[in-house]
Amino acid sequence: MTFLSLNHITHQYFSKQGFTKAIEDVSLSIEEGQFVSFLGPSGCGKTTLLSIIAGLLTPTEGTVTIQQQPRSQTNIGYMLQQDYLFPWKTIQENVLLGPHIQGNITEMKKEKAIQILEEIGLESVVKSYPSQLSGGMRQRAALARTLMTDPKLLLLDEPFSALDYQTKLKLENLVSQMLKQYRKTSLLVTHDIGEAIAMSDTVYVLKARPGRIAKTFQVPGHLRTLTPFETRQHADFNDLFQTIWKELDQLETESIN
Amino acid sequence: MKQSPSTDETRFQQHLKKLQKEKRSIMIWQLIIFASFFSLWEMSSRLRWIDPLLFSSPTKISDLLLAKATDGSIFMHIRVTLLETVAGFLLGTVLGILLAATLWWFPKLSKIIDPYLVILNAMPKVALGPIIIVALGPGYFSIIAMGAIISVIITTIVVYSAFQGVDRNYVKVLRSFGANRFQIFKEAILPASFPTIISTFKVNVGLSWVGVIVGEFLVSQKGLGYLIIYGFQVFDFTLVLASLMIIAIFAAIMYQLVERLERKLIRG
Repeated sequence: MTFLSLNHITHQYFSKQGFTKAIEDVSLSIEEGQFVSFLGPSGCGKTTLLSIIAGLLTPTEGTVTIQQQPRSQTNIGYMLQQDYLFPWKTIQENVLLGPHIQGNITEMKKEKAIQILEEIGLESVVKSYPSQLSGGMRQRAALARTLMTDPKLLLLDEPFSALDYQTKLKLENLVSQMLKQYRKTSLLVTHDIGEAIAMSDTVYVLKARPGRIAKTFQVPGHLRTLTPFETRQHADFNDLFQTIWKELDQLETESIN
Repeated sequence: MKQSPSTDETRFQQHLKKLQKEKRSIMIWQLIIFASFFSLWEMSSRLRWIDPLLFSSPTKISDLLLAKATDGSIFMHIRVTLLETVAGFLLGTVLGILLAATLWWFPKLSKIIDPYLVILNAMPKVALGPIIIVALGPGYFSIIAMGAIISVIITTIVVYSAFQGVDRNYVKVLRSFGANRFQIFKEAILPASFPTIISTFKVNVGLSWVGVIVGEFLVSQKGLGYLIIYGFQVFDFTLVLASLMIIAIFAAIMYQLVERLERKLIRG
């Protein structure tokens, strides 16, 4: 069943000098429980697209529907490039931010927060402040915060890009496992080809100025069952990597000419 | 090899000792400056290197303060000025923050009144003194108003720009949870601006003293500002300098209190 569908989304930004088309005529649909990636150069409107899906921006044209309904803002989780944990709140308070805003902190929610923090390996720092944690730990806490409100759809805006390579690989595995376990539909924006292949079921390659879908790649079924780290080691990973690489390279040459 | 833990420990002890020594040396120098300033002042006044009528001397000042403390009159003046300064400081700061919050809430309003804020900020607020005194009457209210008005506009401008400088992504996180505008303000904008707000406290402590002292100059009834202007009129500069000493001490105390508040409010 189609979970999320975008119908002919176009978005323009206006400034005093004129306007830029960030996205032009993007249509796609995502099945429930799927993991989808948007891959593209900077300026291809990736973040704009996520903001539109999250309901933070209203597109100039086109509609977004979730389960055939116009999207409602509250059941979407958003993970950003940096963790954006609130430095004046403890990890526990940060993780409970969603319920706090929605005004329904209960004992059950508190237990759930502890449980998620345990699963993610942060049970020892519940009462610490974000500044006392490493980058990887902070991004894990941000994942816990996102999962707390039990969103049906997860939007990941380059969440691993600010981390060092080793932490990034470890976190890819953790996020992938958590999202499978909680059966989330997820949308990842990235400029890392390997990450897109390792984590997703479908990869959309976008081209820049204006952003539109250039090509769609399906990740072969036997790679999807592996963890991201194992996928990166697999022989078929390289073939797909080469194909996507060529596609992106070609797009870049086209846009220069 | 066997000795290494003990040498590590001794090195650490040496490091601690070094820190302590430096701290003590700074303290000693501060005391030396303090003592030499006052003894030089006393000496040059007695030897008439400077005019004792104009610059008085530490002993004359302390004699005067002692006399005024025995008859209790100085405490009344201190109480009046202190009360006015604290009230002016609180009023100016709170009003400034409230105004900044209003501007944040209504972005269009902030664009409309921007040029007026710039003009108000550039204007010397103490020049409004005569009008305030006539409008509010020559008493506590107009002096407190002077203490407040001098800091309110600059507080508004500084705090508002801090509100605007808060990373948009914190707002994005809150909005993805469905937060309303008030929640965004309370959870992200205000706490993220605490460091700036505290630093305006520090500036406003000084500003409120200026406003209140000038207010007391103009009203000329009681308070340390009145003592200064009275001393000036009767050419008693011992009184002027004694009042200045007291102001310096209490201004420093207020500043210290704000600094302590800062350490309490800002963590991490």
